[in-house]
Amino acid sequence: MKILTTVQNGILHILLDGEIDEYSAATARHQTDRKIDECPPCDKAYIDLANVTFMDSTGIGFLIGRYKKLQRLGIKLYVVNPNPAADKILSLAGIYTLIPKA
Amino acid sequence: MKNYMKLEIAAISENESFARSAVAAFALNLNPSLSELSDIKTAVSEAVTNCIVHAYKGKRSPENKIFIDCRAEAEQGEGVLHIDVTDFGCGIENLDEAMQPFFTTLSPNERAGMGFTIMQAFTNSFSARSVKGEGTTISMIKKIGAGGKEELNA
Repeated sequence: MKILTTVQNGILHILLDGEIDEYSAATARHQTDRKIDECPPCDKAYIDLANVTFMDSTGIGFLIGRYKKLQRLGIKLYVVNPNPAADKILSLAGIYTLIPKA
Repeated sequence: MKNYMKLEIAAISENESFARSAVAAFALNLNPSLSELSDIKTAVSEAVTNCIVHAYKGKRSPENKIFIDCRAEAEQGEGVLHIDVTDFGCGIENLDEAMQPFFTTLSPNERAGMGFTIMQAFTNSFSARSVKGEGTTISMIKKIGAGGKEELNA
């Protein structure tokens, strides 16, 4: 799992690259949280799943965890570019009511 | 065509990716669509993760193993994949409760409690047998064929 972040116009863009499962989640959590802690003040954050080739329910836990962390910082979280497989899981879990697709 | 494979792996999270890819590779003979293949990988990943995280409580011991048994049957372009995932861990005390969406025994902060729900939604048949202190077997059936044709026409 590789994580790339950029900040532009008050938006923190978090691009995840790889597979999200139980094995990769700990690193993904740790790295993403560090990037969130280091980022300048933002209004919105996008978690970009374009390069996520596989995701199971660990991904749901990961997104909810980041949602809670960002909420405490007053930053609204959105999911962008989920592939059809990720979209199926996120829809099934009702994640988009909490973290909308942008 | 009848085919089978048996896989025994150590219950460590490094093997999650291998396990789901191995079952997906086995399923390729049934000519699944991309979406069927992705359903299979997800369902297997959930089952294997449950063994590692819940049945063996994340303990890395060489004695903790997972068996994956697959059977494939194909007839006139329609395929059926049977997947059994077995562990010899702590067992599930209350299966009905464990099946509830969002139910989790671990810290809810980072656990979705969606494993069984996803396995049920992504396969055509799902059942679980569990004996406390002895282990659990998850049996799933995925039909291959109908979905693939729809996808090609889409």
